Amino acid sequence: MKVKSNIAVSDNGFVFNPGSGESYTVNPVGLEMLNLLRKGHSHSEIIAAIQANYVADAAMIERDLLDFLEMMRQYRLMQHDDE
Amino acid sequence: MNKPTLTIGVTGLNAIDSPGPGVAVIRGLKEAASFDCRIIGLSYESLEPGIYMHEIVDKTYQIPYPSTGTDVLLSRLEYIHEKEKLDVIIPNFDAELYSFIKLEQRLRGMGIHTFLPTLAQFEERHKVNLNDFGAKYNIHVPRSKAIYNVNEAQALEKEYEWPLVVKGKYYDATLAYNFDQTKAAFNKISAKWGLPIIIQEFVHGTEYNVTGLGDGFGNTVAAVPMRKQYITDKGKAWGGISIADKQALELTNHFLQSTRWRGGFELELMKDKKGDYYLLEINPRMPAWIYLAVGVGQNIPEALTRLAMGWPTEPYTHYEVGKMFVRYAWDMIVDLHEFEQISTNGEL
Repeated sequence: MKVKSNIAVSDNGFVFNPGSGESYTVNPVGLEMLNLLRKGHSHSEIIAAIQANYVADAAMIERDLLDFLEMMRQYRLMQHDDE
Repeated sequence: MNKPTLTIGVTGLNAIDSPGPGVAVIRGLKEAASFDCRIIGLSYESLEPGIYMHEIVDKTYQIPYPSTGTDVLLSRLEYIHEKEKLDVIIPNFDAELYSFIKLEQRLRGMGIHTFLPTLAQFEERHKVNLNDFGAKYNIHVPRSKAIYNVNEAQALEKEYEWPLVVKGKYYDATLAYNFDQTKAAFNKISAKWGLPIIIQEFVHGTEYNVTGLGDGFGNTVAAVPMRKQYITDKGKAWGGISIADKQALELTNHFLQSTRWRGGFELELMKDKKGDYYLLEINPRMPAWIYLAVGVGQNIPEALTRLAMGWPTEPYTHYEVGKMFVRYAWDMIVDLHEFEQISTNGEL
């Protein structure tokens, strides 16, 4: 799955879904993950990028990334790769 | 280029917690690019706030309640027309539309233009007929039944799951989670709006609304979908946002093409968890949040007026997504003599 292409994300972490009218805010780490996801980076690339900027082990970052993706899916901010 | 000036009568000047669309419609008319206008307010009660908004309403006349019949209304409109030379009337209440539709030709004969659904369209989309409407036009609607006696609701318990939506024939809707609540809602709403009461199956999901304008030939002149962000205890939008929803727009186009709807409208839609849309209600006039459509680039009151005048009107094809409206309450200070004038003379 990938982040929906029409999702708008501002520099300060405000996320807007124009299809549903829903809006959310993400913290700086979430924003970094979201931007990397939107650029099409793989999970391992995202984990490496976050690890380069924050003091945290890879397992913890991976768990946070998977939680974040699940939350994005629940909020209908993700779409199938072929959509 | 000199713009024509139109004199337009507008109803629905009550801007209370369940506001009429009149003030929002007038704001759209005042911002019209293709004409200037003089606004004649048409009110039912002395405390409708629009009466006292002199910066947007030039003069107000009280008109009789729909229950007094079309002859009384026509006589009052003749008097107002004699003084004001009305070009267009835009009625904004469901309950008065029947009278104005009935009077359409006679008003036209006097030189007053309207742009209203036909009587058949108006009746067909009525809440009471929603099931047949859905079947005829292949549109998902929740199951519903019009009842005249509260005990009829008891029989529906077997068919529908709780909660049920209890709806008045013109306005008001409430959720009922058991028979006692159904009974209370039936009595409360029928006392205000009469019978029948509509019992509707509750669809779980997210509510969306679309306002728009049909030209009467099946074409979409305007359509703007909105999601309510903040609602009052009456379920009215106090804040909302324009959204890009292809499905809602496709459903709107289908509605307009298949019914050849003429006039402004609001579709109340529910999107269930599977992403399917259900049409809950068709309001046969512009909604109170119509100014959002103006704000995102589709001046529906202007386009409706142009169609009423028989002027060529280009359909709107774009609107800004992600624009919000946030409603507010504003206390106006009004001199007693103004209240006295509208109360005693029926004019201000």
